[in-house]
Amino acid sequence: MRGRVWRLVVFVFIVGFTLNLVGIVSHVAVSSLARRWFATPLPGAFTTEWYAYAWHEFQLPQVLTVTATVAASVTALALLLGFPAAYVLARRGFRAKNAVLLLYFLPLLIPQMTYGIPLATSLYRYRIGGTVAGVILANLVPMLPLAIFVLLPFVEQISESLEWAARVHGAGRWQVFRRVVLPLALPGLLTAGLLVLVNTVANFELTFLLSGAGSQTLVVALYYAVFAAGMRPIYSVDAMAVIYMGIVLLILVAALRFVRPTQMVFRLGGK
Amino acid sequence: MRRGGLVVLVLPSVLYLVVMFVYPFGYGVFLSLHPAKGASGASLANYFGFFGDPWQLRTIAVTASIAVPNTIVTVLLALAVAYAMRRGIWAERAITTLLVLPIALGTVLVAEGINGFYGPKGWLNQLLQLAGVADLPRLTHNYTGVMIALFVQHFPFCFLMLLGYISGIDPALESSARVLGARPWVVFRRVMWPLIAPGAAIAFALVFVMNFGVFPSAVLVGQPAGATRTIAIAAYQQAFEHYDMSMASAIAVVMGLCQLLGLAVVVALRGRLAATGVATVGAGKR
Repeated sequence: MRGRVWRLVVFVFIVGFTLNLVGIVSHVAVSSLARRWFATPLPGAFTTEWYAYAWHEFQLPQVLTVTATVAASVTALALLLGFPAAYVLARRGFRAKNAVLLLYFLPLLIPQMTYGIPLATSLYRYRIGGTVAGVILANLVPMLPLAIFVLLPFVEQISESLEWAARVHGAGRWQVFRRVVLPLALPGLLTAGLLVLVNTVANFELTFLLSGAGSQTLVVALYYAVFAAGMRPIYSVDAMAVIYMGIVLLILVAALRFVRPTQMVFRLGGK
Repeated sequence: MRRGGLVVLVLPSVLYLVVMFVYPFGYGVFLSLHPAKGASGASLANYFGFFGDPWQLRTIAVTASIAVPNTIVTVLLALAVAYAMRRGIWAERAITTLLVLPIALGTVLVAEGINGFYGPKGWLNQLLQLAGVADLPRLTHNYTGVMIALFVQHFPFCFLMLLGYISGIDPALESSARVLGARPWVVFRRVMWPLIAPGAAIAFALVFVMNFGVFPSAVLVGQPAGATRTIAIAAYQQAFEHYDMSMASAIAVVMGLCQLLGLAVVVALRGRLAATGVATVGAGKR
């Protein structure tokens, strides 16, 4: 009997939390389509003109270009630097391995606000802060370890004897990499790439600290719009939020084809 | 030599993190000890300044008053729900996918959604009005708003982490305890909890550290000039409004130390929790 009450409580909690989530997300979506909306369950009239308004007022073409540049560069660099590291970590033991693992783990563990301020200070000192390059370099700090930790189990699954077999048959190192390791690691690269992509697009703190006037990504532009609420109609802010949401959801749906939702928290769930 | 040669491949990533993570950290500590004005050479003036100014010192208390209760509630609820769902439930994949949403969408969007949904004229208050509540609660732009925002962000995170952890525990241990006549509560207390405790400790530590660094939610759904002026806001203001990077670094160091203190408490508590355990052997992590 007590067990059943317990299960019911848990069930009601889950339903409640899910409804709250749906409410939060759909309130934004409905508001972005409202002509006017005040203290009624639904707006009286709908319009799509806030999207056009937001598109121009928030300079979205430019913001989206920056977002795409940052996300693509961070993803490419994280995979490029991360894959060799993951390969070595999966294949070899070496003396400093634990120290290296700790170094990879710390940027994921320490909140970005804590190390972001000293990082921003140093990057502004070298005049990289405030530029798109600065945003890319800063975002790479947590994303590189993320890529490595996601790639690691995928590389571990590739049997080393396949590489030996290729070597025996006369393949050079490069050929082994190009023809054996890389094709087998492709699912891992795809998964890591998508996870880095979605995390970079949604990453706020570091981008916020490092971006200047021309180097804001969408989520930072959204922050400033929400922060300055009252400067522009809230419906247009919500229209921008919906555009942001659409982009994140698109990448998320693609990512969830390859990973289970529980793996999304890997980044801190850890090792 | 040939075997060692490959290890060189970790160097680019290690080098990158040394330059972009270790060096800035060291530079930040150095900078915090060299105040912008006043004496040349190392001095603790920034730290004395921070701890001597009630307006700044207060941020620690404010942040703790948000982070500590929020972490406790988040971990307890996540633990309860994850424990109840350890054998899987109906539509698990759909539910977990939904729960990933706030993690993927990020704090800024969740904050904007909360301002709408929980706002004075939002759906929740309309519902409460309909239900006949006369005194409508104010849920945004104050302490409550930040608590809601952090909970919405961190509950799914903590839950998914614990779910992965708990469902990795060998079910045979639980069934043997049941067969031997243990009631559900005894099974939890004597068999499962000792196995879950390390995972719960990790979850607690991570959520606490994230809560203590709260910035966007504290600004957007909170009251950044007063009730929810957290330590991250104080550090940000020093850096980007007063352009005092030295003081900002000092505040960042204090924030880091507070987070470290939280971790130390968790580690100490974990030692005591584990000591009460009975079933310490068996499949732990997945």
